[in-house]
Amino acid sequence: MSATGAGAADGPDLVRLTAAQMAAAVAAGEVSAAELARAHLDRIAETDLHVHAFLHVAGEQAMAAAREVDRRRAAGEPLGPLAGVPLALKDVFTTADMPTTCASRILAGWQPPYDATVTARLRAAGVVILGKTNMDEFAMGSSTENSAFGPSRNPWDLSRVPGGSSGGSAAAVAAYQAPLAIGTDTGGSIRQPAAVCGLVGVKPTYGGSSRYGLVAFASSLDTPGPLARTVLDAALLHEAISGHDRLDSTSLDAPVPPVVAAARRPDVTGLRVGVVAELSGEGYAPGVLARFREAVDLLDSLGAKVTEVSCPHFRYALPAYYLIAPSECSSNLARFDGMRYGLRVGDDGQASAEEVMSRTRAAGFGPEVKRRIMLGTYALSSGYYDAYYGKAQQVRTLVIRDFTAAFEQVDVLVSPTTPTTAFPIGERADDPMAMYLADLCTIPSNLAGNAALSVPCGLAPEDGLPTGLQVMAPPLADDRVYQVAAAVEAALDQRRGHPLLARASALDRAVLGEQEEGR
Amino acid sequence: MADVSISREEVAHLARLSRLALTDAELERFAAQLDVIVGAVARVQEVATADVPPTSQAFGLVNVFRQDAVAAPLGAPAALAEAPAAEQGRFRVPRILAED
Repeated sequence: MSATGAGAADGPDLVRLTAAQMAAAVAAGEVSAAELARAHLDRIAETDLHVHAFLHVAGEQAMAAAREVDRRRAAGEPLGPLAGVPLALKDVFTTADMPTTCASRILAGWQPPYDATVTARLRAAGVVILGKTNMDEFAMGSSTENSAFGPSRNPWDLSRVPGGSSGGSAAAVAAYQAPLAIGTDTGGSIRQPAAVCGLVGVKPTYGGSSRYGLVAFASSLDTPGPLARTVLDAALLHEAISGHDRLDSTSLDAPVPPVVAAARRPDVTGLRVGVVAELSGEGYAPGVLARFREAVDLLDSLGAKVTEVSCPHFRYALPAYYLIAPSECSSNLARFDGMRYGLRVGDDGQASAEEVMSRTRAAGFGPEVKRRIMLGTYALSSGYYDAYYGKAQQVRTLVIRDFTAAFEQVDVLVSPTTPTTAFPIGERADDPMAMYLADLCTIPSNLAGNAALSVPCGLAPEDGLPTGLQVMAPPLADDRVYQVAAAVEAALDQRRGHPLLARASALDRAVLGEQEEGR
Repeated sequence: MADVSISREEVAHLARLSRLALTDAELERFAAQLDVIVGAVARVQEVATADVPPTSQAFGLVNVFRQDAVAAPLGAPAALAEAPAAEQGRFRVPRILAED
């Protein structure tokens, strides 16, 4: 038996390894990066009809990248800690060798001329990009139902959403199509899909990971981050993409917090944990609250000092966010005008540039993007600015002050990640306000820019679907959220005797049923 | 709470400002939805904030400079490769001036 346990694994079993195990197996020569890439491409071919996690699968590029890792290993060149590990990339990062669409008709088939910094760092680390994942159009949504190319499905229950906006990334990792994925978190778009798919998802400190080449939605909030099946895997990916980037003027020129070391240190003895009083109660599913309270009791039993903390302005975070994010979006999305790239509609030689722009944008954007552009235009317009955008910016200050005061008393804050488990596809599609509530617990950390993570904390008894524990830490204390999550993960895995995802069988039943029908 | 409402005419105005050629059916639907959303987000006005400064960016970085070093540009062929229409090494756009 090899040290990694991967020695005897073949295709179907290879995909069940953790990213850390895959990298160790590649480094030890027990499996080639090409074999890993092939196993995952096969898994995608077998399952993506059911999950629809990917908008674009880049098989040739993935195999070429994997073979390059194998060549470097054979040549004795040093390999990074994730070399040869496959990854699913949210289709909001530019890729010079794959289309980038943001799940929008306005960018359908668009081939960018350059790599995002995140893309470039993944390639430099020897990570093998399998393709681009589905999302809510321009990252606006909490279910992937706003994708112009159809929703992704939750591998735990294929009739339900995988969350959003990074829902394709979450579905890919939960379906074992990739051990790692990159998402972006503007109001919860990494943590919420991670929670409802039973994964670890992290929003790093704002500015800790570069936005260069990330198609902008709300620039003061957008944050790239990792999704993975284990806390350590998320930390390895976090480290690989982080650090100062001179191409992003909001990038923080500070050392990357020691997240990998923290993920290997599952110890919360003496750590001060604050339960946010405002993030529970009415509107939360009973199973979500039950599992959350168990997780808090678990932290207490592991030696943490648990207290309740009040953050009185968090109740205004959601309305403030739905003014700030649409305002920034209305400005950022003005670039999609049908002139330099992307869709152009109605250019008949008669219509003016302004008419062509209006027709192009009407045809190219979906309903949620249109709603948010108009909402932002409203909030920024003269006569309303002070009452809406200005007021929301003041609320943002108060939310930051709540965090600052709380972190004087405790080392980390905890809450449920989402008020409910994954909801059925279609349930909230015609009710924007109901959809917005999915981000209730995650938004405060976007407004304040601090680090936050979601780690699985069990299945809700009423529907058997995953719930997430959110851990929040001060800016640039990202290591703390990993330390707490590692402790929770280790204790829950030990109690259950297996990782949570081993219970997700809906997808495998669907694939099996299809194979039986085919016989 | 302030009694807010947003009319169909206001939504039509916002659509023009946003360069969105909406259909009548879209205007109807968005007016009803935006009315609900604006009513909900108007809750920020409940907070007393007279002396509170606004935050537009959490960490307040200002004047971030880098070396003004010469680097290879993208180049016209790459920049034009995805243009809906190009002519003589430039983006071709619909007419930008009125006929008269």
